[in-house]
Amino acid sequence: MERDEIKSILESLLFVADGPQSVQRLAEVLDPVDKELIHELLHELRQDFEAQNRGIRLVEIAGGYQLRTPKANAEAVKKFLGGRPARMGKATLETLAIVAYRQPITKAEIEAIRGVDVDGVITTLLERNLIRAVARKDVPGRPFLYGTTPEFLQLFNLKDLSQLPTLKEMEEISLPEVPAETTSVDQLEET
Amino acid sequence: MSTRVQLEFFEGPLDLLLHLIKKNEVSITDIPIATITEQYLATLELMETFSLDVAGEFLVMAATLIHIKSRMLLPAGDEEIEDDEGGVDPRDELVRRLLEYQRYKDAAAELEQREILTRDVFVRAPPPAEESGPRGFREVSVFELLGALKRVIDRLPKDSFHEVTLDKITVREKMTLLLDKLRQLGSVLFEGLFDEAKTRMDVVVTFLAMLELVKVRAIRILQEEMGGPIMIEAATGMDEAAERVVLDETEEKQDGA
Repeated sequence: MERDEIKSILESLLFVADGPQSVQRLAEVLDPVDKELIHELLHELRQDFEAQNRGIRLVEIAGGYQLRTPKANAEAVKKFLGGRPARMGKATLETLAIVAYRQPITKAEIEAIRGVDVDGVITTLLERNLIRAVARKDVPGRPFLYGTTPEFLQLFNLKDLSQLPTLKEMEEISLPEVPAETTSVDQLEET
Repeated sequence: MSTRVQLEFFEGPLDLLLHLIKKNEVSITDIPIATITEQYLATLELMETFSLDVAGEFLVMAATLIHIKSRMLLPAGDEEIEDDEGGVDPRDELVRRLLEYQRYKDAAAELEQREILTRDVFVRAPPPAEESGPRGFREVSVFELLGALKRVIDRLPKDSFHEVTLDKITVREKMTLLLDKLRQLGSVLFEGLFDEAKTRMDVVVTFLAMLELVKVRAIRILQEEMGGPIMIEAATGMDEAAERVVLDETEEKQDGA
């Protein structure tokens, strides 16, 4: 097969694919094409999309490749699709961050960090398939240990967990300014 | 903006404490414990005034703060403290927890900045599920189903005497008959199910048989638009699903045939 032909097929496969596809999977279809060549062509394909400022981009997600729209087109696409995306609350996002960085982690350990009960949030995250029980911890009660799923990587545009932004060192943590428009509790009390 | 919203803003006791520390512009590593405790308790009181549920965690933290405050009042060189905790600052543990929590708040904020799927970036819509039915059809609500049932019953001859007939048919038998019909036709109108029904009992038995079949996913009930005709159709895998519920009956029939 010609180089361009393989590249064209790769584009077709990624177009019809449901979810990110591994090079392994693509290579199986294109057998006997060399995996190295597939890597190379995917890289080219990605550059093509970018160079021509196309409406789809090739992104490395959750250990595979996926076609996605660029962020610049988000408004139009959103308008076209209608419906609003499920907004993620602060509690959900914080819990998810803790699981992502500390996995595998038990519910009790998450609660120790957040200082609140996380039963409801854990259920939501499990339902949305963003976390999963990966094992049981060998302590009394054998609680579940939770970890993130490939869907988590997809949601946050991550190739793998090593792409997560580095956690700040304790010494680097500073408290952000209180936004001016926030009514303080004291002010409320006075009114 | 209502006060309630403002108060629910706090995710928990640590969140509230961080807020108070920021608001007072004090150092997290040198918390003026008396001031912060006072403000913390005042906030809890305020939350109670607005009859918000003050979760147990907030109260535990209140106790912790008061405990720290009392220990701060003791002379630094107090022997009892040194025995207990080796003379460490009683605030240390709290500071560590606050920093740890802030760390993950920061991490969460960073996650939110990423290109989030279905907010910033999109993928091609997945192909429709196998069981999505013909174009434009939607699932029927139970109320519409009951409405349709009432129309069928209303159409029954009003002047029929209440007779106890010997020609009784069980729900199970009716299920088999409905399956035969669907195997033949693929799909029928809801009203078409009741063609042979002459009495209220017939209608009810047929309706129950239909519900049973829906339950085991042997058939599907669809409607093109609200108030429009209701269609009953064979689901993919109808026979396997039906087999599980009407197996006894069909076996008997086959034996007899």
